[in-house]
Amino acid sequence: MNKIVEKEFFSENVAKLVIEAPEIAKSRKPGHFVIIRIDERGERIPLTIAGSDIEKGTITLVIQKVGVTSAKLLALNEGDAIRDVVGPLGKATHIENIGTVLCAGGGVGVAPLLPIVEGFKKAGNRVITVLAARTKDLIILEDQMREFSDEVILMTDDGSSGRKGLVTAGMEEVIKREKVDMCMTIGPAIMMKFAALTTKKYNIPTEASLNTIMVDGTGMCGACRVSVGGKTKFVCVDGPEFDAHEVNFEEMMSRLGGYKELEAKAYEKYLKNAE
Amino acid sequence: MENIKEYLKAERNQEWRAELRKSMKAKERTGRERNDMLERDPNVRNKNIDEVNLGLTEELALADARRCIDCANPTCITGCPVGINIPKFIKKIETGDYLGAAVVLKETNALPAVCGRVCPQEKQCENNCFYTISLKKPAVAIGNLERFAADYERNSGQMAIPEVAAPNGIKVGVIGSGPAGLSAAGDLCKLGYDVTVFEALHEIGGVLKYGIPEFRLPNEIVDVEIEVMRKMGIKFKTNFLVGRTATIDELKEQGYEAFFVGSGAGLPRFMNIPGENYNGILSSNEYLTRVNLMNAANPDFDTPVLKGKNVAVIGGGNTAMDSVRTAKRLGAERSVIVYRRSLVEMPARVEEVKHAQEEGIEFMNLHNPVEYFADENGRVNKMRIQKMELGEPDASGRRRPIVIPNSEFDIEVDTVVVSVGVSPNPLIPASLPNLKMTDWGTIVVDQDTMQSSIPELFAGGDIVRGGATVILAMGDGRKAAAGMHKYIQEKINK
Ligand SMILES: Cc1cc2nc3c(=O)[nH]c(=O)nc-3n(C[C@H](O)[C@H](O)[C@H](O)COP(=O)(O)OP(=O)(O)OC[C@H]3O[C@@H](n4cnc5c(N)ncnc54)[C@H](O)[C@@H]3O)c2cc1C
Ligand SMILES: Cc1cc2nc3c(=O)[nH]c(=O)nc-3n(C[C@H](O)[C@H](O)[C@H](O)COP(=O)(O)OP(=O)(O)OC[C@H]3O[C@@H](n4cnc5c(N)ncnc54)[C@H](O)[C@@H]3O)c2cc1C
Ligand code: SF4
Ligand code: SF4
Ligand code: FES
Repeated sequence: MNKIVEKEFFSENVAKLVIEAPEIAKSRKPGHFVIIRIDERGERIPLTIAGSDIEKGTITLVIQKVGVTSAKLLALNEGDAIRDVVGPLGKATHIENIGTVLCAGGGVGVAPLLPIVEGFKKAGNRVITVLAARTKDLIILEDQMREFSDEVILMTDDGSSGRKGLVTAGMEEVIKREKVDMCMTIGPAIMMKFAALTTKKYNIPTEASLNTIMVDGTGMCGACRVSVGGKTKFVCVDGPEFDAHEVNFEEMMSRLGGYKELEAKAYEKYLKNAE
Repeated sequence: MENIKEYLKAERNQEWRAELRKSMKAKERTGRERNDMLERDPNVRNKNIDEVNLGLTEELALADARRCIDCANPTCITGCPVGINIPKFIKKIETGDYLGAAVVLKETNALPAVCGRVCPQEKQCENNCFYTISLKKPAVAIGNLERFAADYERNSGQMAIPEVAAPNGIKVGVIGSGPAGLSAAGDLCKLGYDVTVFEALHEIGGVLKYGIPEFRLPNEIVDVEIEVMRKMGIKFKTNFLVGRTATIDELKEQGYEAFFVGSGAGLPRFMNIPGENYNGILSSNEYLTRVNLMNAANPDFDTPVLKGKNVAVIGGGNTAMDSVRTAKRLGAERSVIVYRRSLVEMPARVEEVKHAQEEGIEFMNLHNPVEYFADENGRVNKMRIQKMELGEPDASGRRRPIVIPNSEFDIEVDTVVVSVGVSPNPLIPASLPNLKMTDWGTIVVDQDTMQSSIPELFAGGDIVRGGATVILAMGDGRKAAAGMHKYIQEKINK
């Protein structure tokens, strides 16, 4: 049982939860994630560790509501407990001082990007962060990102905040302006695909953090598999970060939809019951 | 070995055993037929998850126990990896002392209710029974009787809590809570150690929980045993992935003196053929975990599972059999085994193959998939299969399957479960660069003590053997516990 000690909404559908997990707090590094199960009947879902406090023995998760489990999580309050939390899982981000790092995050990818931005900054890099969202209200963690970035560029589809356009427009602007040594991208698969195509044009090494469907998170089931450079990899143990120029994003997008109908039905049922 | 023989002889010479032998002529015993366990109706059971076997009634158990002639040279024992004193427990049953029979079982086997259900008896104890070897008749029903005694004990509510030595205050860690880990933990606890079992998943039991389905091994049976272990004083830490949540070095700093690694062979293999990553194609581990560990077939639980109409399961082992029978139970109209060798080469337990056949599972033996095709949503809809024939025996002694050229054809499928084996779980080895491994990714250990190249680390079960059996894993756990005890005592007394 892991108690929720703090909860804060960033927007209607995005919230931060600080939960007790002393052992994970101690051993986690940027890029790591946990798998949680809310209660006896819950499913196991992966969530990136956005931060930790070793002294208090807590980790921070930032959750975006997309379906049943994320909705149930956001309905929990301070003092409630999450039944199971296991981690830290995955490989930590390879962080070194290499010069200028361009970080591109969109949608649900912004939360997992935060600890990576922080890590690169603390390692002495120049960090430029491009945050993209459909509209102003969906931009999250802007202040936290500014704290660890030399510059933050906001992009919205409708131009309601920052500049109008897609994440790739913001990225290209930076790449044309100055030398970028590497790029990190986290977000919806389609966004990462185009981010990767953009940096490929300029030959900039790029890592993408993949958010596939998972069950155990320990390499036991293969639900999370993706093709990278023509080889099958398990995101939970071989990743979650891979060379974005080698990832088969089409396949990944298709696999993300593998349970779509069942998930949609379950969500409808959940919303009905919640009424 | 001589000691064991002497011991068995002395046991056999006890008065009650001698009396019992005299009570019925050997001829009369061997003239009796073997009984079968009662089973649920195939056409009912293939729609629910109730246990298929109903066990032996008291009457049938007594009748089967009488068949055992209490041999002077009980060859059956040589076939049991943990050396259960088989005639003794069977003769206890014959006298009606069922709880006494359970005590005999537990002397060497911590989970008799489990082994009675899942051991490949026909290859082990029963294959070495006097009836099989000399009389060419069906063996004494050793497995069924083992199950009977263990179930009797559990249902009696008088589960014996094993005696535990006075605590010695020495901390030891057991990594993984499958049969290997559980049996090591049990023995170490009996020796007085302060035992903590670390398990990555949220449930204790390893494959017994996430792999083997309810219709073969109800979870409740495993849980009762785990409860007994808790009462003995063993601590369980779930959601703890050793190597990640804490490393072995960090655990050493916390005072753990030695470790047993029973982390299993949890890495699913795929065939790496075109189209294998389409939706609807999944490993048996994923499929069975969703259904068994996550309860996905129950609408009150959140985890989804694909309920296919046309399900093909690739493979011929127990895991394949469990997957194909699970698919049927989830409502598949067609549930097919596709296996590249013939029926007789299938590694699954004979009983499981028979049960599967009764339940309406189709068998496409001597067939092998070569490619998958998908619809516009990326969901598999077709599978290309190749025909095979058998050639010369290979290293495993089984005849090698050979491709018949130009024999491909397609069948319709919407769900495919790939069950072509597992590799050892690489997590622990990857976190220990000094650990000696084989080319197959298994941990190298001393055969007698189960000690690895890192002195304080012992290992057993599937992480040492690759995919093996429950009883072999348990035997390893026991051996390792003895090895660890010796190692720790020598270290202390230095
Ligand atoms: C390594 C990793 C780290 C992650 N970190 C975070 C995080 O920090 N914060 C966070 O909010 N989410 C994160 N995710 C995604 C998160 O796990 C999913 O959003 C969650 O499992 C959805 O569960 P659900 O029951 O709420 O929705 P579901 O009912 O499972 O899904 C609802 C809808 O969302 C889509 N969907 C499902 N999973 C994903 C996904 N992974 N990416 C995009 N769309 C998806 C489905 O196709 C479906 O249409 C991470 C995923 C991975 C693999
Ligand atoms: C579907 C299926 C059916 C089977 N049917 C039979 C049968 O009928 N008869 C038979 O004899 N055998 C059968 N087997 C084989 C048998 O189950 C295995 O040989 C046996 O379970 C191996 O035991 P183990 O203790 O070595 O490992 P496992 O049972 O695999 O347990 C290992 C445990 O360790 C945990 N773990 C792994 N790494 C870590 C870590 N780093 N930290 C913490 N925990 C960790 C895992 O989560 C797991 O729970 C079957 C196997 C499967 C998959
Ligand atoms: S444990 Fe297995 S091999 Fe040993 S006697 Fe029981 S059924 Fe036979
Ligand atoms: S070999 Fe068969 S008949 Fe003889 S003691 Fe063993 S079980 Fe009984
Ligand atoms: S989530 Fe099961 S192997 Fe990655």
